[in-house]
Amino acid sequence: MAVAEPILANDQDTGQSELAQRLARTWSQPKGLWGWFCNTHHTDIGIRFMVTAFIFFLLGGVLAAMIRLQLIRPENSLMGPDLYNQVFTMHGSTMIFLFAVPMMFQGFGVYIVPLMCGARNIAFPRLNAFSYYLYVGGALVLWGGLLTNTGPDVGWFAYVPLSGPAYSPGHRADIWSQMITFTEVSALGVAICLATTILRHRAPGMTLNRMPILLWEKLVISIAVIFAMPAVMVASGLLLLDRLVGTHFFNPAEGGDVLLYQHLFWFFGHPEVYIIFLPGAAIVSTLVECFSRRRIFGYTPIVVSVVATGFIGFSVWVHHMFATGLPQLSQSFFTAASLMIVIPTGTQFFCWVATLWYGRLQLRLPMLWCLGFFFVFLIGGLSGVMLASVPVDLQVHDTYFVVAHFHYVLIGGALFPMFAGIYFWFPKMTGRMANATLGKWHFWLFFIGFNITFFTLHFLGLRGMPRRVYTYGPDMHWQGLNVLASSGVIFMTAGLLVFLVNVFRSVRVGGIAGNSPWGDAGLEWSMSSPPPPYNFLHVPTVSGRDPLWEDPPDQPVVVGLRDDIRETLVTHSLDADPQHKDEDPGPSIWPFLSALTVSAAFVGSIFTPWAVPIGAPPVIATLIGWLWPRGQSPTPRQTGESWVH
Amino acid sequence: MNATRSLIAASLAQAMPLDPGRHHMLHAAAPQAGHIEWLYWITFWILFAVFVLMIGAFVRASAKTHVEAIHPLPILEKDEKADRRAGWGVGAALAVTVITLFVILVLSVITGKRVEGLTSQNPVTIQITGHQWWWEITYPNPKADQTVTTANEIHVPVGTPVVVLTNSKDVIHSFWAPNITGKRDLLPGYSSAFWFQIDRAGIYHGQCAEFCGLQHAHMGFSIIAESSDAFQAWQQEQLKTASEPSTSETIRGREVFLTHACLMCHTIRGTDAGSRVGPDLTHVASRNMIAAETLPNTAGALAGWVVDPQRIKPGTQMSPNPLAPDDLQAVVAYLQSLH
Amino acid sequence: MGSLNEPIRRPLTLDVSGLPSVAFGHRNTTWLANVFYMAIEGMMFALMFAAYFYLRTRSTDWPPGHLPPGLRYGALNALVFVVSTIPAWIVKRRAPDCNRRAVRNGLLVLALFALAATVLRVFEFSALNCRWTDDAYSSTVWVLIGIHSGHLVTELIETLVLLAISFTPKMEGTRLADAAINSDYWYFVVVTGLMVDFLIYGTTRFL
Repeated sequence: MAVAEPILANDQDTGQSELAQRLARTWSQPKGLWGWFCNTHHTDIGIRFMVTAFIFFLLGGVLAAMIRLQLIRPENSLMGPDLYNQVFTMHGSTMIFLFAVPMMFQGFGVYIVPLMCGARNIAFPRLNAFSYYLYVGGALVLWGGLLTNTGPDVGWFAYVPLSGPAYSPGHRADIWSQMITFTEVSALGVAICLATTILRHRAPGMTLNRMPILLWEKLVISIAVIFAMPAVMVASGLLLLDRLVGTHFFNPAEGGDVLLYQHLFWFFGHPEVYIIFLPGAAIVSTLVECFSRRRIFGYTPIVVSVVATGFIGFSVWVHHMFATGLPQLSQSFFTAASLMIVIPTGTQFFCWVATLWYGRLQLRLPMLWCLGFFFVFLIGGLSGVMLASVPVDLQVHDTYFVVAHFHYVLIGGALFPMFAGIYFWFPKMTGRMANATLGKWHFWLFFIGFNITFFTLHFLGLRGMPRRVYTYGPDMHWQGLNVLASSGVIFMTAGLLVFLVNVFRSVRVGGIAGNSPWGDAGLEWSMSSPPPPYNFLHVPTVSGRDPLWEDPPDQPVVVGLRDDIRETLVTHSLDADPQHKDEDPGPSIWPFLSALTVSAAFVGSIFTPWAVPIGAPPVIATLIGWLWPRGQSPTPRQTGESWVH
Repeated sequence: MNATRSLIAASLAQAMPLDPGRHHMLHAAAPQAGHIEWLYWITFWILFAVFVLMIGAFVRASAKTHVEAIHPLPILEKDEKADRRAGWGVGAALAVTVITLFVILVLSVITGKRVEGLTSQNPVTIQITGHQWWWEITYPNPKADQTVTTANEIHVPVGTPVVVLTNSKDVIHSFWAPNITGKRDLLPGYSSAFWFQIDRAGIYHGQCAEFCGLQHAHMGFSIIAESSDAFQAWQQEQLKTASEPSTSETIRGREVFLTHACLMCHTIRGTDAGSRVGPDLTHVASRNMIAAETLPNTAGALAGWVVDPQRIKPGTQMSPNPLAPDDLQAVVAYLQSLH
Repeated sequence: MGSLNEPIRRPLTLDVSGLPSVAFGHRNTTWLANVFYMAIEGMMFALMFAAYFYLRTRSTDWPPGHLPPGLRYGALNALVFVVSTIPAWIVKRRAPDCNRRAVRNGLLVLALFALAATVLRVFEFSALNCRWTDDAYSSTVWVLIGIHSGHLVTELIETLVLLAISFTPKMEGTRLADAAINSDYWYFVVVTGLMVDFLIYGTTRFL
């Protein structure tokens, strides 16, 4: 073989290569409005998830601003209790269900995972598209509720009996419960797609030991989603049944139990916050490695920590219930588990410090956001250690101290890495660089505003201000701190506006990015920005953890996959040995149509149980349409066919 | 006697000006809150030290930064020695972390035992039942006519263990007096007990701490810790049936009360009003505040509350009572006579 | 590999053209998706079972004020479930051999068993000796058997669809693999059904 020049093996020459043209023809997605609804390519769906999630982030932020405005003055009349209760419930529900998971796990995961694996598309691309439309359906149901004065008003976790039929008449809590169904089915769909992609579509040579930390994290989170989401589906499902058909799961008068709801909900709720945080931590691991210009220190401890956090995250849920009067022994167990989970997180922190310490730091914009993450998440984690201890928790539980804690860990642990990731992968997604100066303004405005608002809230909690109060008396001495907290909103808003300007401007006139503007190691940097519809001209192989840094110039590429059909390579879960070939189903309208019928059934069931038998046939019809073998003759495949058990 | 009681209450209210320590968990007025405050500060300083060390480590680690370079710098070669040193550093940090967490765990368990450790053969027993949006307070006694029933204002003798039994009539509430002890949820279908003891006389305020609907923000209560004698005196007063109205205005006021919607929800022992839906009003004038610590117990506030409670606490269970001005004045005067 | 115009960039190659294009058993990616799906649904069942036992601890009497669910139809259905594993096994066994006829017949018999189980399920509901609105126990029993019925009906429909496909020329490699995976899911329906039966018919009698 001729010796290769030291350039990337998968560099694309669109104009010249016939192979590229054939692949583009085979893998392209249809255009036009109809085509938009048929799209099954992961980069397009991923961007849709991220853009939609960001819109809901902004909407959730508007609700937060309304809350802060209401609380600026005692006995303020900006919002009465009914509207306020809807606003804070919508704020929490929007941020958690319509922003955090769809952005950090679904959108970003769907976009980057196949690229990092070296695959041409995500596994089960139609399920992926379906998950997006279902997410949008759930979001529309929830916000449709708010805009028709049927917004849920029982808090984002909707404790019974307040959310039950006796104390929440009307459909507000039903809308909340069904939104859960929509978004959880959506997340489960994406989890199956991502887990399968990571286990079966990695580039040959990418053994588990050579997987980027981000792929490990997405795998762990997908498994966590698979085991956690059912709990909230059961909780919200039983709530719906109590409300709509007269069951008594949560009715103490008939043998039901109010704590059953809390156990079911928090069994989901606690893993949920790790589902939100661990993607952020993985982004940080990726960026710390890139901007320290060396391989990350402690790959194995970090991977073990990610897995351990996923596990231990399932064993701490009762720390949300310390005030319910549980036996002391069980409380001590959950304190111990909640403290134990600090160890894997701490391990990641120490490894990041070590990487920076022994690295050559290049402080570019995405790394600045990582530094912000270190500061903010650290504070949140430390206040979490305080909350783990039962006596302290019994004082600060359900106060603004907890509100401060979880905003520090969620905004620190997810939002800051999200912006880091956006600025980092923006060049790959759009082909252009975001403006660094605007990016820095964004960072400092947001960082300062965030700390002004949320650090202050710790003190309000210590001074006895409970959560979810639409107002307070003038004699509580809470006004000063509330005014200070509300003032931070101005800076955060300004920072976000700068960000929006940056994005809209840079997409059009930002510097051309090229394949790999940051010099990072991952496979996603080996093709043009944005990636072509077939991702890789040749499916790559790898021989190290940091392919673009370590792999030799003549690193083999895969040949023998057909380019006239959408043929993909399936590899072994552990050592990524090529196993067999598969065929991507291509664009299809059925995911969208199925999402419509499923949404209609879900929404209808809020109003009548008959929606289930009436809504089922259209759902079945669209699913059959989806699963029915496609029109093309199976002959092209059969000629090469042989069997494997 | 009635006059003395209200005088004592008024003086107490004066003696405890609204200081910043009110409702502040770090201004403990009871040993329970005191133990928790101790744990809070120890934990805080340990974690503050951790914070300083971590930030210091990040600052040192990122001190030598190459901001100016626009193009990616070359990758560093693998450095075995550096990785070994890093290994020791991470290992040491992990060891310190594990030890610190263990220390916090031990301190937490110890504090928990101290807080829960109060017990007594002769406690004052109080049953607190949460309602949307007020607190039903009962001092249970095997003899029904020795059972004190009141609302929102709790009296306890100084220096005596108190055990609280919890329940809820509707949704989940949470009883929380930050100066006294940690909170406890009031769950329908469950009764749990917690103990506290107040060693310093005063008025301590609390507020519902579990979102319970429209007026969660206005569901306050107060605990008045007083001498044993004062407490006994208060209890004896509370056990009596309602004072007989003696002026023409108060007699008319009782008439108004018993012929309007009032008796549908309220009890005034000694009259025909016996409903348990709303707070017991037999001794309403003996309380400092009304509407679950939302309004002062004055004629003006009472009048406003009776006529249109929805304006003050929108969504509250009490419906408006559009009374004629004379009737209103009379019923307010009657209520104010119920010491 | 390319035209003469391509730059001289000759990495080594890994030739996969000889690999099969369909896989049976655990190598199949749809098999993996099915495993994940069973994990999700299994988790839901596990949580419902936990809820059942949790509510049991909140009650002195079990069933509270009801007769336990009637045994007859439940026992019959359990028998139907157990025997139905035979056609499911046949489909799974014959599919990799490309034995389209055996697979088609197996699917037909399996569909009949699924239909029988569904019909028997309707009778089971009427013999539960309680109504879901009575109390928490009744609600739990109805929802346990209700959720399982959802799986049963879904499986019935899926088997029928596969059966329909098996009469068309489209019944090739991947579809045969799908039929085998369908049998895996049927096993899941049987196992969860037996567990629900144990809870509803068994523990109500000896707990």
